[in-house]
Amino acid sequence: MVRRSLEAIPLLVLISIIIFTILHNAPGGPLAPYLQNPHITQADIQRLSHNLGLDQPVWKQYLGWLSKVATGDFGYSTSNSEYVTTAILERMPATLFLMGTAFTIAIFLGILFGIIAAVKPYTLLDYVITTFAFFGQSMPVFWFALMMQLAFAVNGITAFGYHVALPSAGISSEDTFNIGDRIQHVILPALVLSLLFLATFSRFTRSSMLEVIRTDYMRTAAAKGLDRVRIIVRHGLKNALIPVVTIVALSLPGLVAGAIVTETIFAWPGMGRLFINALGQFDFSLLMGYLMMVSFLVVFFNLLADVAYAWLDPRVKYD
Amino acid sequence: MATALDPRTLAMAADDADFRIERHGVWKRFRRHRLATVGAVVIGLVSLVAIFAPLLHLQDPNAIDQVHWQGYPLAPGIAGHLLGTDENGRDLLARLVFGAQISLQVAIFAVLMELTIGTVLGAIAGYYGGWVDYALMRLTDVFLSIPLLPLLLVLTAIVAATSTRASLSFGVIVVIIGILTWPAVARLVRASFLSLREKEFCEAARAIGGRDGRIIFRHLLPNAVAPIIVQGTLEIANVIILESTLSFLGFGIQPPTASWGNMLANAESNMTIAPWVAIFPGLCILVTVLAVNYLGDGLRDALDPKLK
Repeated sequence: MVRRSLEAIPLLVLISIIIFTILHNAPGGPLAPYLQNPHITQADIQRLSHNLGLDQPVWKQYLGWLSKVATGDFGYSTSNSEYVTTAILERMPATLFLMGTAFTIAIFLGILFGIIAAVKPYTLLDYVITTFAFFGQSMPVFWFALMMQLAFAVNGITAFGYHVALPSAGISSEDTFNIGDRIQHVILPALVLSLLFLATFSRFTRSSMLEVIRTDYMRTAAAKGLDRVRIIVRHGLKNALIPVVTIVALSLPGLVAGAIVTETIFAWPGMGRLFINALGQFDFSLLMGYLMMVSFLVVFFNLLADVAYAWLDPRVKYD
Repeated sequence: MATALDPRTLAMAADDADFRIERHGVWKRFRRHRLATVGAVVIGLVSLVAIFAPLLHLQDPNAIDQVHWQGYPLAPGIAGHLLGTDENGRDLLARLVFGAQISLQVAIFAVLMELTIGTVLGAIAGYYGGWVDYALMRLTDVFLSIPLLPLLLVLTAIVAATSTRASLSFGVIVVIIGILTWPAVARLVRASFLSLREKEFCEAARAIGGRDGRIIFRHLLPNAVAPIIVQGTLEIANVIILESTLSFLGFGIQPPTASWGNMLANAESNMTIAPWVAIFPGLCILVTVLAVNYLGDGLRDALDPKLK
């Protein structure tokens, strides 16, 4: 396990080399935002690129970037006029709030739906859940977002005598912090972001649970005369969730991608929107910082999935 | 009798028998999955409409209805526009049909590229093992650790800005998606090759002096093809979603060329007065992707009953 953690370091270095090389081909390089400014002359550009070391060979620039990152300095974001770490850390709480809410919904409902479908296989209920999961996995996130806005935000919807109209943009409508207001704002984007994962988790839980239900120890538990709910939860669920834990950890890249789309549509002031804005202006340092951060998270969660798997299932051994 | 004991004949007989048993139940198992059959029919219809789009006597997808359009989308049914027009007065039905052409072509070519690269590299890694395998697998680690959508966005944005042409060509998007998505296929193929290369028929083929290339492509690959087909089908669904997401965000297929994704890009601003502009393109994506996913599910049940 220690060896696997150590392998993550060269992997991240390799990732950074590839991303650095790709971004370096962006027109104008890191100075792209200045090229559009009419007040900056050619001489200024040359002076800037000399001062910033941009006239050096790419590998030298990369080593410079790497040694700075080692001290926690990801550079200066030209599109936000602040340090990359500040820009990202400022937006992180909003993104974590959105992702956390969406993931909680997805895990809770996904596992619940999966269990229900597996306990009553090939019934109408199972059929409804499985079809819903297929729809969820086939749904383009951005269109689902538009449809949710159309249904709940544009005109609002009236059901059971209540009129529901939810905000379709932003994280709050007042300057002061108000928990109820925040919750109202997070409902639509979180539902949109959670759908794909809810569907994936419910399909995984269902197939894993179906396998577990057929095992001998489940039959033994039933033969002992234990209560059915108790068997499903205590004996079944514990074992069925082992592969689900892995898929939850491996869903992170998808969550990052989904957050980019969701934040753009719902004008959510998070890291995904920061990234899209930076992309329009080729903000080199910010793009580099963002891509490295999400790659790091993916590598970290892959490792976590392995650790969790080995810990939960004693039959699995890593050298 | 010498011929009957020839390892080559034996190996071929074994392959043949396997293949026949495999093939026997495939159609029956596929037909049992009724939604997969429906999916196949839907895909067939969408493809036919896309292929024969020029023969359908549709309006020009890029032409503005100068006579009726007054600055806002025309409602379905008005002035001969069956599904109405978009915010620029262009016929929605024609744009949907020609958008289908683009979206399906991107998906098919990107997946073909992905499968080719993934199969060749996966086969090499699995067959040779050792340091070749190690190097290739670390490469897949790298690709699989960078979240796909941000990387795709960065690459398309860079190509769009550096290319001299005004619009991102469709080929560029195909190549970028193909280059970034092969590692999952490579891992799949590698896994089957790792077990296949230990089988007797492979040993037999090697014993009679078969060249590596021939063993890989003639003997091993046909036995590893089922999971590749299943993965390829599911990947078509993924790529349709990916391309439409890119185009929606403005980094994919560029207007005026219609794609299901970029048709939705401006739909949000008119949603109160013209919901149809937002509804139809997304419905096309959903139905097509759903059909492909069901087809993939049915193929998995039919081709490889061991898989879940």
